[in-house]
Amino acid sequence: MIPLIYEMSKAGRRGVRLPDCTVPQTKAKIPAALRRATPAALPEVSELGVVRHFTNLSRLNFSVDTNFYPLGSCTMKYNPKVCETVARFDGFARLHPLLPQLRNGGMLTQGALRVLYETERMLAEVTGMAEMTMQPMAGANGELTGAMIVAAYHRRKGNRKKRFLIPDSAHGTNPATAAIAGFSVTTIPSNAKGVMDLAAFKQALGDDVAGVMLTSPNTLGLFERDVQTVCELVHKVDGLAYYDGANMNAFVGRVRPGDLGFDVVHLNLHKTFATPHGGGGPGAGAVGVKEPLRQFLPISRVIKRDDGTYALHYDEPHSIGYIAPFYGNFGVILRAYTYLRLLGAEGLREASATAVLNANYIKACLKDVFDFPYEGHCMHECVCSASRQEAHGVRALDIAKALLDRGFHAPTIYFPLIVHEALMIEPTETEAKETMDEFIAALREIARLAEEQPATLHAAPVTTPVGRLDEVEAARAMVLRV
Amino acid sequence: MARMSYVAHVAADRAEMLRAIGVASEDALYAAVPAALQQARLNLPEGQSEVEVERLVRAMAQRNRTDLLCFLGGGFYDHYVPAAVDAILSRGEVLTAYTPYQPEVAQGTLQAAFEFQSGLCRLTDMEVANASLYEGGTALYEAIMMAVRTTDRWRVLIDDGVSPIYRMMLHTYLANMPVTLEEVPRVNGVVDTAAMQARLGKEVACVVVQYPNFFGCIEDHTALFAAAHAAGALAVMSVYPIALGILKTPGAMGADIVTGEGQSLGLPLCFGGPYLGFMATRKQYVRKMPGRIVGMAHDQQGRRGFVLTLQAREQHIRREKATSNICTNQNLCALAAAVYMALLGKEGVQEVAQYCADNASYAYSKLTAIAGVTRTFPATFFNEFCITLPGDAREIIGDLVDRGFAAGFPVGRYYAGMERVALVALTEMRTKEEIDRLAAALEAVVS
Amino acid sequence: MNVPDGLLFTKEHEWVRLAGATAVMGISDHAQTALGDITYVDLPGVGKTVAQGGGVAVVESVKAASDVYAPVSGTVRAVNAALGDHPEIINQDPYGKGWLCELENVAPDAAGGLMTAAQYRSYLETL
Repeated sequence: MIPLIYEMSKAGRRGVRLPDCTVPQTKAKIPAALRRATPAALPEVSELGVVRHFTNLSRLNFSVDTNFYPLGSCTMKYNPKVCETVARFDGFARLHPLLPQLRNGGMLTQGALRVLYETERMLAEVTGMAEMTMQPMAGANGELTGAMIVAAYHRRKGNRKKRFLIPDSAHGTNPATAAIAGFSVTTIPSNAKGVMDLAAFKQALGDDVAGVMLTSPNTLGLFERDVQTVCELVHKVDGLAYYDGANMNAFVGRVRPGDLGFDVVHLNLHKTFATPHGGGGPGAGAVGVKEPLRQFLPISRVIKRDDGTYALHYDEPHSIGYIAPFYGNFGVILRAYTYLRLLGAEGLREASATAVLNANYIKACLKDVFDFPYEGHCMHECVCSASRQEAHGVRALDIAKALLDRGFHAPTIYFPLIVHEALMIEPTETEAKETMDEFIAALREIARLAEEQPATLHAAPVTTPVGRLDEVEAARAMVLRV
Repeated sequence: MARMSYVAHVAADRAEMLRAIGVASEDALYAAVPAALQQARLNLPEGQSEVEVERLVRAMAQRNRTDLLCFLGGGFYDHYVPAAVDAILSRGEVLTAYTPYQPEVAQGTLQAAFEFQSGLCRLTDMEVANASLYEGGTALYEAIMMAVRTTDRWRVLIDDGVSPIYRMMLHTYLANMPVTLEEVPRVNGVVDTAAMQARLGKEVACVVVQYPNFFGCIEDHTALFAAAHAAGALAVMSVYPIALGILKTPGAMGADIVTGEGQSLGLPLCFGGPYLGFMATRKQYVRKMPGRIVGMAHDQQGRRGFVLTLQAREQHIRREKATSNICTNQNLCALAAAVYMALLGKEGVQEVAQYCADNASYAYSKLTAIAGVTRTFPATFFNEFCITLPGDAREIIGDLVDRGFAAGFPVGRYYAGMERVALVALTEMRTKEEIDRLAAALEAVVS
Repeated sequence: MNVPDGLLFTKEHEWVRLAGATAVMGISDHAQTALGDITYVDLPGVGKTVAQGGGVAVVESVKAASDVYAPVSGTVRAVNAALGDHPEIINQDPYGKGWLCELENVAPDAAGGLMTAAQYRSYLETL
């Protein structure tokens, strides 16, 4: 157990010192009534103390740099280190976001505006959309931006639309987003093949439908053949088709949501386009739209002038307004730009094809010991069920924990909700065959143990810094700080 | 051309894998997608080697004017980031981990988030904090929605000294919600407390103020918050965390929900993001709070550990009934803040705040000593202040760019009638000599 | 599974004990077992009017949050404040100390559409 940094604190110890302030001292200018009564009790630790503490904490984590991390739906691929290097260039890191607001200010930030503009153009090509915005600061924020654009479209046309249709296999953010954009949600069931039930979709469709939100490939890792039909049908009631780009890693360089019939898309730049996940953010959720929706995009817009310079543009009367305070998570966008320039069209296509190859390889090597409820080839991830192991009292959670003991991050478990005891495996394109073979061997061993010595799996994990933690205690005691 | 690839497979690997799958080619795996929908090739630039791309992007970085001496703030400040912050953030174990869904192998992320929450609570003098939100503007939106949920009311009173950037965001985010945002005009650069109180009523969910406000002014909101409470409304505050090193705390004023932008806690300006939204509140409202929250727990052997807790509020469980659609936090940015707070410590955070205030006080006296340059507001300020110039502020600040200064922000960009007002920010990065140079340059430009 | 006689049940696994124009309600033993360790209960305000089938409370466990629907229409007269600090009482005694709230102004024909204990037992067997 590593002590909390607050438990290491010793009065008078310092981690960083400031230069002497050389202006005449004027402390009296802030009256006592506006001063805090007691100092904020932040920890008092030396620089080495801080560095060693957080370094030792970091070593308690699994990460892509240290472990195979086949967490389904999360696209835990390797991200090139040069993307980190460029994000730290002074010319970007020290650039104040309000500079463009000064007189002729766009000319002070031409490099940054070019990054935004060119990333927009490249991602519009990747998605088959007319126009992109880089403002949304995460996938869910992109979803919300997209849903607001849908709402603005209907408001402008005077449409009275109330409902979004969302399949039951969708990520939880989809219905949550629709709700905070002011829509109600009708859930569409999946059929035995793991795809949205087209009959149920048709039945739910009506004039009050604002749109449909789909993830493609779906969260089971399957391409839904009906997706074009669904887009056409929703267009017939003047609804819009929204593409959740969570699984774009299967499509990049080969299949474009715009060609499938979608009107609005969001991409998770942090997943598909090379920003490391950082333990849960920051990300970026670029949104693309077809031409008729361009007018609703957030402001500011980045434009390229005839003389080749770049500028910010605000005069868009139908825009939904400001999603981010400035231009989105610029540092993340810059990494995506760098990644796109490194790989190019061929590299992107190789990456997605390899992601699909790897997922199918793992499925092929496990299908005799785990149940894969849906037939056919998968896309970039495969979902199996631990139902066969459950018969021996071993659940998906136990399998996940046993993998941790073997040095592998667990797959996503219990999602999608429609698969019993789901294990969702996404290897990504950057893993070597040897690594996947070791992972396959570990899962096969666990499957064997489930039959022969199931009790041994209930104790897992035993090699990790802590064992299974009492989440009920956490929720009831609510110790959320020191 | 030598493009980069991060795929490890050699030809033999691919052949073996295809054999195991039982298909002849990788294309066969896409058989489910109609051929007409498969692009032969995207119209994108050819991929390039790392050397070439680094050179390209470096050249673009050099097209940005980061050489200007920065007196620009507006809620986003040029603070020093100690080297140890980036040293920690660069470690692969924190950089390339995911949201801590498997707590046994994510204790580093989780404990750091717990320490971040603790630091934020201590700084704001509040009882609980979440593990961070996107940035200050969306954090304020989430605070308003939290107040709406908690009170079951729909009117929101907001001082127009709250950042205009944030207010524009609020209009976007609230456009589809049954919530009315009422902007209450300030007087003399501070909250019109009487007008705000007069508007309180049984539909008012919360009052919203910023501290220091957009003009840099600071004031004690205790009386306003007490009036809000008496009317059954919550007190929501957007704060600048560095200022809390020395200023009266939100907790001491009676705030219920405190949010803000954490960029000043160890993050670079980076042209607007990624930044760090934070939120702290009273324990009684914790279940209404959006975002990830880390709590303490123990394993069967009694070892202390940390887990994501109170998850039943969140979208992956509640779906359309969730408190928010937020899926994650800004974890790496929160880690930067946790490291920054630990490096500064109890004394450092007071020192940096005092340094900013002292520099601002000196700059104010120097700049307002110039003929034709006057104080705009009588109120006390912290590290940023307004001055009224003898001409159009946008033009004068523009002229100062030509002399090497990002001298401040032309307030008329967002406030009609304030075209002659400049907002000038100071941090511990500026020296007396630089302030003197700014004063000399301004004097030359306006005379 | 414990299904006491004398109570009425809903398909959503709420129970209600009617006494004239007042009623006490909670969640069934089946419901508390399915939810697992309960960590929090969000109870309605006293005086709130609830309609039959409308949401009246939310019961949370670590991995789930479940809406509790009013088995009958009425006005909330009292809520079980003991659950605030000890939500686990619902797991221990769902039909007794783990009651959620008491309703008044309950209509005389409120029992319509509810299941008797015997009917609920059969219903559970079909799940």
